[in-house]
Amino acid sequence: MSRLVARFDVRYPSFHLSVGLDVPTSGITVLFGPSGSGKTTLLRCLAGLERASGGFMQFDNDVWQDEANGMCLPLYARPIGYVFQEPRLFPHYSVRSNLLYGYKRIPSQERRISIEQVVAILGIEHLLERRIHKLSGGEQQRVAIGRALLTSPKLLLLDEPLASLDIQRKQELLPFIRRLHEELHIPVIYVSHAISEILQLADRVVLLKQGKLVGAGALNEVLTSLEYRGSFGSLRVGAVLDARVARHEPQYGLTQLEFKGQFLFVLLQSVAIGQSVRVHILSSDVSLVIGRIESPTSVLNILKATIVEIRDIDQSSVDVLLDIGAPLIASITRKSLANLGLKPGQHVYAHIKAVALNEELTE
Amino acid sequence: MTEMDLSALWVTLRLAAMTVVVLLIVGTPLAWWLAHTRSRFRPIVEAVVALPIVLPPTVLGFYILVALGPYGPLGRLMNFTLAFTFTGLVIASVFYSMPFVIQPLQGAFEAAGKAPLEAAWSLRASRLDAFLTVMSPIALRGYISAVVLGFAHTMGEFGVVLMVGGSIPGQTKVLSTTIFDHVETMEFAQAHAISAFMLIFSFLVLLGVYVANRRFPIHVS
Repeated sequence: MSRLVARFDVRYPSFHLSVGLDVPTSGITVLFGPSGSGKTTLLRCLAGLERASGGFMQFDNDVWQDEANGMCLPLYARPIGYVFQEPRLFPHYSVRSNLLYGYKRIPSQERRISIEQVVAILGIEHLLERRIHKLSGGEQQRVAIGRALLTSPKLLLLDEPLASLDIQRKQELLPFIRRLHEELHIPVIYVSHAISEILQLADRVVLLKQGKLVGAGALNEVLTSLEYRGSFGSLRVGAVLDARVARHEPQYGLTQLEFKGQFLFVLLQSVAIGQSVRVHILSSDVSLVIGRIESPTSVLNILKATIVEIRDIDQSSVDVLLDIGAPLIASITRKSLANLGLKPGQHVYAHIKAVALNEELTE
Repeated sequence: MTEMDLSALWVTLRLAAMTVVVLLIVGTPLAWWLAHTRSRFRPIVEAVVALPIVLPPTVLGFYILVALGPYGPLGRLMNFTLAFTFTGLVIASVFYSMPFVIQPLQGAFEAAGKAPLEAAWSLRASRLDAFLTVMSPIALRGYISAVVLGFAHTMGEFGVVLMVGGSIPGQTKVLSTTIFDHVETMEFAQAHAISAFMLIFSFLVLLGVYVANRRFPIHVS
């Protein structure tokens, strides 16, 4: 598996970025942190736009920066696609010319992505002959993504490309970003401070705070780890699962999802059977039951789980880390913990009151 | 117009064109540096560039004459003098018209910022490629202002020309000095003709610049 290894130590008058990074590059890696945590600076370092003595960066087997040996490839010599917060389209060119700007500058044998592909994925066919200033913000950002893709990059860097858009446009664009990754297999590094974007996009999360690396790992590990729970604000995510659509029950308005042999119901989705969807569960929506309840219950979603760990949260509540084939957290009261006598290793049933598809999540 | 007036017009146009060409070549990197540097020397360089706006042209002309003359540093170095030659006049005009070319360019580069260039680099454009295909078109209004103002300002110079170039017909005699000569010899009709021509020309040039730049301010002090 290819890896990205980087070390940067950059001092600014009011800010100090000091980060060592070693992550697999497959999938979507989200750099997450509050504003001012150095996400954008780190991304600019990865692109070679910010330099500092001692900087080092290696992608797969290619060293792009090794300041110890006085070496730093400029951005235009790196196979990187970069999408900035603002679209930064060239106003003196049409949409088509913007898209072809980078495409024309790479050797033809390195062109793995065609303009037809990009136009289809991003849905920008009808915009091609327009002038830039006639486009909406969302349209401009789609063109900017397309323009970057057409350089057939080995690594795609996205710096909060949705930050300047309203919620509706965001929801329009997020599936595009997911799709372009799934269809074109380009590793993506995505800067965001929006938890909803993480939940929808991330395979892996890198947490930053005040210019320092707080932690890094697979999305579910990071979300369910006690160590990082403060990093996500008040939202207490219990789990994010990539489940498969098993069947639809239109008469009840429900869709059944399968995850590692267990089943979950969500509201009816217009997604084909066999397709993958990502759902999340808040830890406060999970309650625990010992042994199967004989009497019927109105709760539809009941998962078999094993207790892994019990973590103190505050005076009245604890988090119970469960294994359902993936980590899942249940937030319960200390009183319930004592009444049930829960212990690590114990088998329980997790009753889940609500399962949300990520599109439904608002901040 | 007499033949001498026509020859003065020709010298003037050549001088203005040469000056603008030299200033665009020298001025583009200098304006770019001024627009983006964080160097503490920046205000000093900016002040030097703006000096010709406030300095009496004769002062500027005097120092250039001394520098270019046979006993000046340049004259000794090259062992010949550029004073009272067309080349010397171009050198003097370059200094004299510098702020009128540098400042619009600097303003245009500052307004554009580095963002479009970074975008071009991320699309595999080398530094020169990115500058030519992205920054120059974005700064086009600045370039138009620079060319027009630089050209027109060079056409109107008098003191510097007189000091450095003298008034040698066909070589360094330009329209503004021709007017002076006509007045001295009481040829008011000829003086009128050239003066009116320059007045209307200058007005039309400025009108053109302001109409073209209504939405983009020209940065000239």
